[in-house]
Amino acid sequence: MTGVVTLPSGIEVPVVARGPGAERLGDPGEYPFTRGIFPDGYRGRLWTMRQYSGFGTAEETNARYRFLLDHGQTGLSVALDLPTQCGYDPDHPMARAEIGKVGVSLFSRREMEILFRGIGLDAISTSFTINGTAAVIFAMYLAVADRKGVPRSALTGTIQNDILKEFVARGTWIFPVQPSVRLVADTVMFAGEEAPRFNAISIAGAHVRDAGVTAAEEMAFTLANGLAYVDALIARGGDPARFGSRLSFFFYVHMDLFEEVAKFRAARRIWADLMRTRYDVTDPAAQQLRFGVVCGGSSLTAQQPLNNVVRVAVENLAAVFAGAQSIFTCAYDEAFQIPSEQSAELALRTQQIIAHESGAASSVDPLGGSYLVESLTDSMEEEIRAVMGELDDHGGVIVAIEDGYLQTRVARRALERKGQIDRGERVVVGVNRYADGRPPEIGEMFALDDGTAARVLEKLDRLKAARDERRMGETLRALAKAAEHDDENLMPHIVACCHADATVGEITDVLRDRWGEFDEPVRF
Amino acid sequence: MSLAKKRILIAKPGLDGHDVGAKVVAMALRDAGADVIYTGLRKSPDYIADVAVDEGVHAVGLSVLSGSHLSLASDVIAALDARGAGDVAVFLGGTIPHTEHKALLDMGIRAIFTADETLDDVLTRFDAALGET
Repeated sequence: MTGVVTLPSGIEVPVVARGPGAERLGDPGEYPFTRGIFPDGYRGRLWTMRQYSGFGTAEETNARYRFLLDHGQTGLSVALDLPTQCGYDPDHPMARAEIGKVGVSLFSRREMEILFRGIGLDAISTSFTINGTAAVIFAMYLAVADRKGVPRSALTGTIQNDILKEFVARGTWIFPVQPSVRLVADTVMFAGEEAPRFNAISIAGAHVRDAGVTAAEEMAFTLANGLAYVDALIARGGDPARFGSRLSFFFYVHMDLFEEVAKFRAARRIWADLMRTRYDVTDPAAQQLRFGVVCGGSSLTAQQPLNNVVRVAVENLAAVFAGAQSIFTCAYDEAFQIPSEQSAELALRTQQIIAHESGAASSVDPLGGSYLVESLTDSMEEEIRAVMGELDDHGGVIVAIEDGYLQTRVARRALERKGQIDRGERVVVGVNRYADGRPPEIGEMFALDDGTAARVLEKLDRLKAARDERRMGETLRALAKAAEHDDENLMPHIVACCHADATVGEITDVLRDRWGEFDEPVRF
Repeated sequence: MSLAKKRILIAKPGLDGHDVGAKVVAMALRDAGADVIYTGLRKSPDYIADVAVDEGVHAVGLSVLSGSHLSLASDVIAALDARGAGDVAVFLGGTIPHTEHKALLDMGIRAIFTADETLDDVLTRFDAALGET
């Protein structure tokens, strides 16, 4: 990539600056992609600004989505409530307290239709943070597209669908590890055929990082999980040269700006090398580590909450320096509540200011060649590979999850991090330095509507009264039959269940009956 | 500190899967000498009360980060009462807005802990609240 950028003072700088050592790094868009996956960085297209949002009923969340789209957001990111994530219908005894709390309740295909009322499925890319029931939510989305006459091949977006990290942090697992991975493989294979522009998995390090592990461990655990999925897909007949280009990743950006930039550059290099040397993949698209990020998370504090605006901006800048494909900036009140419209808007404006005012997106890999950043990238690569080696020595990630090794390692790290903050070794402004002892001033409070649960339960009753029970029962039985055969892809059956108005709980129960549930190793 | 003689159950009621806070507090209580049991994820209030009674614990520490703490805490207290175990102290930690602390304390929660407080402070307050029994 040649070309220049003219700065406000009239000075011209290259879009891709090169200097001593540039050959070893390779250009942006070239193997091993240390400097990014696109030759022109963000010049051709900015990252996707995708704010995670969802609460209450599908109607309420639809209104919030339209608000965000009206304010210039460029992708949707759906937060689902815990019953939907864990595969329970709203009337399940474990569900009632949680309806619509941390996300929107989406118990059937009809709710998904309401969620996207007035929003063109082929006009927007949509990301679903869904794992245990990812296959069901993906099937619901496809069923809605079918009914709207939108070709599946026109759909773009992502389901998180990374069940391995759910066993380690976040905890919305349902089935045991092996059948869970089979279901992930089914969705990825099915998407490859039916909806090739849709990312059927987003392998996530964000949650273990937020739980307490280091930046190197975040990348190592995630890349190791990525290899486990690649192996599972190959075992089910997949070709890494084809599905490799549809694997995507998802990470947290925490506060140390240079460490964060280095970890992404190092991970891109490692993944490209692994895809090439382990799987003989030569197509650059299948070697590239494409990733979205969250800025915020556990670096946010409830004390002096406006400080979080600054933290998120610094993290946002790190993500742009690192070449992220999509960015979610947390709202400053997200440490303790669902963001208000005002705080959600400010979080989006933060990205727009960095994109259009700061100049950070004008040149590609602007920190490339920095003595500090290059040596840090090398050290980070070494450290990530060392941790991946430890996981291999333990027998691989699946063993390390089943026996609780990874869960315990994350918890120990969390205790260490807490100790560092408590002792003031890790400064958190407003918490252990410059604390003022005042109770948090949070300004506008977001209040969930008390009537949400009742309205959702009423809608569930109406659905059950209106649907064709016989047809619905047939689709569930067909799914049960397919689940008996390990080599059959379950996705076509789950899509049929969604068309027939089966609920999340009913579909999940069919698979629960067949596979049982994960037996959590309770250790601390 | 009298924590050394105490049996404490750390529990995750409801569907929330964030267990790091629960485990960190469990480890800190164990390091302080308490005998700590952890339920694992996704437990019903009845299950938690059953374990509390069977294990004869002095205290139950609930961890909730999903916003469902008001109903879950009240259900656990009711489930303990129904088993004649109303004397078991119930604590709550997680994402708990300050505006709801009073209602929770009024319903019988002994103390509320949030992420911004040091573990030493958590242990001191836990110990002091247990000493009141």
